[in-house]
Amino acid sequence: MTLAVQFRHRFPGLSLDVDFSAPSPGVTALFGPSGCGKSTIVTVVAGLLQPDEGRTEVDGKVLADSRTGVWLAPERRRIGLVFQNARLFPHMSVDANLRYGARRVPADWPGGSPIAFDDVVDLLGIAPLLSRRTSGLSGGERQRIAIGRALLCRPHLLAMDEPLASLDGPRKAEILPFLARLKTALRLPILYVTHSLDELGILADTAVLIERGHVVAADTVPALTARADVLLAGRVDAGSVLETSIAEHDSKRGLTRLVCGGASIFVPLTDGAIGMPLRVRLPAREVFLALSDPGRTSVHNVLPGTVRVIRREDKSASALVEVDMGSVSILSRVTEDAVQRLGLAPGSPVVAMIKSMAIDTLGPQTEKSAAM
Amino acid sequence: MTDFLTPDEWGIVWLTLGIAGRSVALALPAAVAFAFLLVRVRFPGRSLVNAFAHLPMVLPPVVVGWLLLLIFGLRGPVGAWLHDWFGIRLVFTTAGAALACAVMSFPLMLRTIRLSLEAVDPGLEQAARTLGAGPVDRFFSVTLPLAAPGVLVGAIVGFASSLGDFGAVITFAGNIPGRTQTLPLAIYTALQTPGGDATAARLSLVSVVLAVTGLLGSEWLGRRLLTLIGR
Repeated sequence: MTLAVQFRHRFPGLSLDVDFSAPSPGVTALFGPSGCGKSTIVTVVAGLLQPDEGRTEVDGKVLADSRTGVWLAPERRRIGLVFQNARLFPHMSVDANLRYGARRVPADWPGGSPIAFDDVVDLLGIAPLLSRRTSGLSGGERQRIAIGRALLCRPHLLAMDEPLASLDGPRKAEILPFLARLKTALRLPILYVTHSLDELGILADTAVLIERGHVVAADTVPALTARADVLLAGRVDAGSVLETSIAEHDSKRGLTRLVCGGASIFVPLTDGAIGMPLRVRLPAREVFLALSDPGRTSVHNVLPGTVRVIRREDKSASALVEVDMGSVSILSRVTEDAVQRLGLAPGSPVVAMIKSMAIDTLGPQTEKSAAM
Repeated sequence: MTDFLTPDEWGIVWLTLGIAGRSVALALPAAVAFAFLLVRVRFPGRSLVNAFAHLPMVLPPVVVGWLLLLIFGLRGPVGAWLHDWFGIRLVFTTAGAALACAVMSFPLMLRTIRLSLEAVDPGLEQAARTLGAGPVDRFFSVTLPLAAPGVLVGAIVGFASSLGDFGAVITFAGNIPGRTQTLPLAIYTALQTPGGDATAARLSLVSVVLAVTGLLGSEWLGRRLLTLIGR
């Protein structure tokens, strides 16, 4: 564990009581609805807000501890912070912005990954922008430069506060691949604040769910997304994320077979070497349930399991069913009527089915997250 | 061109410019420091300090001059100390005239600089902080450059107003030709002298030219700097 955060703080409308740790390297998402306090957590970690009491530790180094009176100023913490709205210095060129933090690394600073200027520029694809001023840049370009600037101060932790929230769809799609590359290229813990399930599914290894200033659950992304009893499941776009690896490509049938904890999952033909880890998401409302194998259907994925939890949602007369398939679980959203007709209860054996076309592939993962 | 004014009159113009320059040099750092204090630092009695700093703007200049006499006069608390320890005398000297101008133009400079500091996004200072910049570093690398247009315009406004101060200078520094007799004082003296109308007119014209140059210069510089810092 390289990042350990515990603090209590009281605002007029919200009191926070937070305790979590984040593994390194890897991306830990702070996930929750807006106003739940997840951005506050980042400002506390970075030292921009001093909480009423608490403790922050990175890489075994105590940055703040209210009991012993330790409080390191933000400028002495070397935490690369990427703000929601980039906050580039308007009176400097892109190049000067990027080097601002790098110039201020103390000579005796041992930690952080010493990442070369050219590598960062390359990784983020910002070479053509270096001599430009910041005023004419697009939102996506600004955010990439902000990320580069934070990386170049040789941080021992990178914290991103909804870096994509202020961007529209196409701009988000432009940055996501860079973030995914960052994740594999850096040996750093990354704290990533988001309320987007897409970003969570694509980028995060572990997630800390925050609700009204409190941690409600913390686990790996596959484990959390498959749980019917946490807030993730309450969303219309809920879906379980599975860590799979590519088992075979069948170009004749146009299918790729993935394996995940002994089960085979078919998706439309993708590229990627055999054995390569691949994350997929099974949207809960695309997963159907049956009591027995229905025989000949168009559905490629027929997965036997047992019902673990049923969560009823009064408002929509629907229910979320968590199906345990041995080493992994998946979620299915069905109507309350279907639960009644099939007589589902915890422990009932069921068959979960999902069309191969309905499965979202979320891009390659690091070896590390696949091993988790 | 040089024939337009007599050598004595040129002397008055140069003296006035010199006094205004020293006045800005004296008041500008203080105005920047005060503006920063008022905008960025929360402390008890802030509005009181603010009101006190603006006092020279609302008080009759003669009163300001008299207060300066009380404080910096040879028997005043600061004046006596300066005289005893450093042998510095401010009353009826060029330096004294510069001090009087500085005090009078201070509130004008403070207002301009304060407005431009308020327009600097504190989020940028926070960003600089997380990137490892300490307070002084932050001020000089982020805050001051972003407030530079306001600081420069403030300096020009302060310079222009120093060229024109009358009441405080004549009360504190007197009307000594070649030492404290600035343009407005010389114009006033000329008007009091029989046949001095022509001198007064020429010096007034110089005043107008200086004022217009200052105003145009501040406009141009301000706009230039705004594009430079990318706003």
